[in-house]
Amino acid sequence: MSRYSALALLREALRGNAGWAPAWREPEPAPAYDVVIVGGGGHGLATAHYLAQVYGLTNVAVLEKGYVGSGNVGRNTTIVRSNYLLEGNNPFYELSMKLWEGLEQDLNFNAMVSQRGVINLFHTDGQRDAYRRRGNAMRLHGVDAEILDVPALRRMLPMLDFDTARFPIKGGLIQRRGGTVRHDAVAWGYARAASSRGVDVIPHCEVTGIRREGERAVALETTRGTIRCGKLALATAGHSSVTAAMLGLTLPIESHVLQAFVSEGLKPFIDHVVTFGAGHFYVSQSDKGGLVFGGDIDGYNSYAQRGGLAVVEDVIEAGVAMIPALSRAKALRSWGGVMDMSMDGSPIIDRALENVYLNAGWCYGGFKATPASGLCFAHLIATGEPHPTARAFRLDRFASGAVLDEKGVGAQPNLH
Amino acid sequence: MASLIDCPHCGPRPREEFSVRGDAAATRPDPEAGPEAWHAYLHLRTNPRGLHREHWRHSGGCRRWLVVERDVVTHAVHAVRDAQEGAQ
Repeated sequence: MSRYSALALLREALRGNAGWAPAWREPEPAPAYDVVIVGGGGHGLATAHYLAQVYGLTNVAVLEKGYVGSGNVGRNTTIVRSNYLLEGNNPFYELSMKLWEGLEQDLNFNAMVSQRGVINLFHTDGQRDAYRRRGNAMRLHGVDAEILDVPALRRMLPMLDFDTARFPIKGGLIQRRGGTVRHDAVAWGYARAASSRGVDVIPHCEVTGIRREGERAVALETTRGTIRCGKLALATAGHSSVTAAMLGLTLPIESHVLQAFVSEGLKPFIDHVVTFGAGHFYVSQSDKGGLVFGGDIDGYNSYAQRGGLAVVEDVIEAGVAMIPALSRAKALRSWGGVMDMSMDGSPIIDRALENVYLNAGWCYGGFKATPASGLCFAHLIATGEPHPTARAFRLDRFASGAVLDEKGVGAQPNLH
Repeated sequence: MASLIDCPHCGPRPREEFSVRGDAAATRPDPEAGPEAWHAYLHLRTNPRGLHREHWRHSGGCRRWLVVERDVVTHAVHAVRDAQEGAQ
């Protein structure tokens, strides 16, 4: 596979762009693989890439029911950050942040990694204390965090409504290394890198059943025939309960819909990722100029990739409360993605059966975790041992009580 | 989500009048049932891709708890009953 470079771009410009090859192969499925990964989204493709690159396993297939990047990797708000509080979460997300920082060189693919800074606004003294605590926890883990005062925020974000009686802005917590990444390019980059090392990326291949013998999965029934597997890796977040049910497993997960929105293209307006502290709202501006924003999940179980108008209203209200000028922008598109909402708001990377590995429960934080999730899942599949930064993401933590409840709301998935 | 829920007490009302609690399938085990039963009750969900029975509360109306049977793919509401019916 030819490398992408400025020289290649120049050469093709002179040759009428006739020399570009497809970025990855899409072969017919073979009858058997050492490892079959179900789910050709960000996490599945990243897992395949690190299995091949770091652990030398290349007899690997990634099965995707739609086209590559048709699931949540292409439906999120592209934000990356590692501003977590808990011991079990923070080192994992910081590993992810470090992988984002070197991703484009690693994959030889322009993923438009933009470390523009993620700012969480606070509006009360109590919230300031909570964010200081979070910032201090981050710094103890070696992650960058700073408290911004109001004059600093006014220089960076003059469009915010600072002095409302209800939600006066008292400051913000910034992680300067956080930012955004072009989400589709992440899927494409991982697919290309995995494919170039010999992994079969197989789109339009839906798994319809899994043959289980005792504690082992032996073969998958798919819309493109039967495929036998040495090891089976499930990376189907959003539909994890559906794939797990094919093995007779019940998971601590509910599927919920999360909506996202993009405005018409505007001139440069917001330079950072900003989140509201008095409601659930987050916004950044894409390179095309659209304001990309979102808020809460709809709150009821859903496998439909669309949401309800009540939440549209909620999200826009919170947005306008934070940035009054937003009321003058037109929303261009809105869409929904189906989330695995776990019972404690944290993910699962663990062995589910003797040769079945589960990557699930990403709630609405899956995108930022993509590289670390892939690396840790590959580590688990290849070595049988959990990666040191993902030890807390056990499937049995719900039974044992060692849950990772970042928000502290208990086993109520629509509140995480 | 459907825009109307047919409350057995108030008739068809806008969905915004109702608040959702979640899966109605789990039933509270006996206090002495043991950790496995409590774990299953508290954490495990069948999470079907199709018909799903849920607790909704008509919080902006009669304030009764309801069991709504709903398709979580099409969002069509198939049946609504008062939660007390059939409860012990």
